[in-house]
Amino acid sequence: MSEAELTVGGHGAGLMEASPFAIPTKKLVMWLFIISDAMTFAALLVAYGFLRNASSNWPAPFKFSPSIINVMVMTFILISSSLTMLIAVRAAQSGDKSRAFTWVLITALGGAIFALLHIREWLGMIGEGVRLFQNPWGAPLFGAAFFCITGMHLLHVTCGVIALLIVGLRYKGGRYDSGDLEILGLYWHFVDIVWMFVVPLVYLLSIEH
Amino acid sequence: MITSEKHSGGFTTDVIVYVVLLAIAGLQIILAYSSSGGRELMARMLVVAAAQALIAVLFFMHMWWERRSLLVSVAVVSLFVLFAMQYSWTDSFRILRMSPWAH
Repeated sequence: MSEAELTVGGHGAGLMEASPFAIPTKKLVMWLFIISDAMTFAALLVAYGFLRNASSNWPAPFKFSPSIINVMVMTFILISSSLTMLIAVRAAQSGDKSRAFTWVLITALGGAIFALLHIREWLGMIGEGVRLFQNPWGAPLFGAAFFCITGMHLLHVTCGVIALLIVGLRYKGGRYDSGDLEILGLYWHFVDIVWMFVVPLVYLLSIEH
Repeated sequence: MITSEKHSGGFTTDVIVYVVLLAIAGLQIILAYSSSGGRELMARMLVVAAAQALIAVLFFMHMWWERRSLLVSVAVVSLFVLFAMQYSWTDSFRILRMSPWAH
């Protein structure tokens, strides 16, 4: 086969460019998505900071009990779910499909519990009178900022749980491999990292002293 | 190419990083209650959160074992965009004080 045929992409392997950064294309795409999504969250947090800085009466409504305790439990669950995801990926890489799938399910369960705790917190805030553009404590945009940031994160967690179930089942069925689980793991760790910024900036800077 | 065991540390590394992340999260709570607030607290919180994120990216997301060019590319692009977002802070101060007046 001539070099021309190979270059044009005829039969056979062809001349392929080396993958950028020596990682699979799927993995690179996930990194690109993570970067773009991180910028979305960063923009939301900067906007929140702008609103807060421009307000003379930003509320500080989060009591230690139940709000901060709830946040601590949620943080523990999410960080632990990152560990369980790592265990799942390691099991997949060693070829133990059954164990890998079990740990994927445990990770998804952690995400689901996180989401439920979050919704419970939201209901508590709504019960105290917090709405998008009003609240009983101070700056009217507190609610919009809070629900927007935490809601965006909750959406990511929910989508992550759904993805874990789908990819986990397809991995168990043989359609996906350990590399696909690893790539999904990158997304799940990203969701965890975002929470590491949301907790101090949204909750801990607004605790009721 | 899958990140194999030798390209991702061991399970012990994962557990150590997990404990460190939990400890940093606990540190954030302590910091929040030991300070009266203000910009100094915000700066400390940001630094601690950034340290937590860096540890998670390097070890949980296995960036430590990837090619340095990927790490540099991700870092440069992210930091550039993050810095570019900071243009609006002077306007937030102006709005708080309503001066200088908008014409």
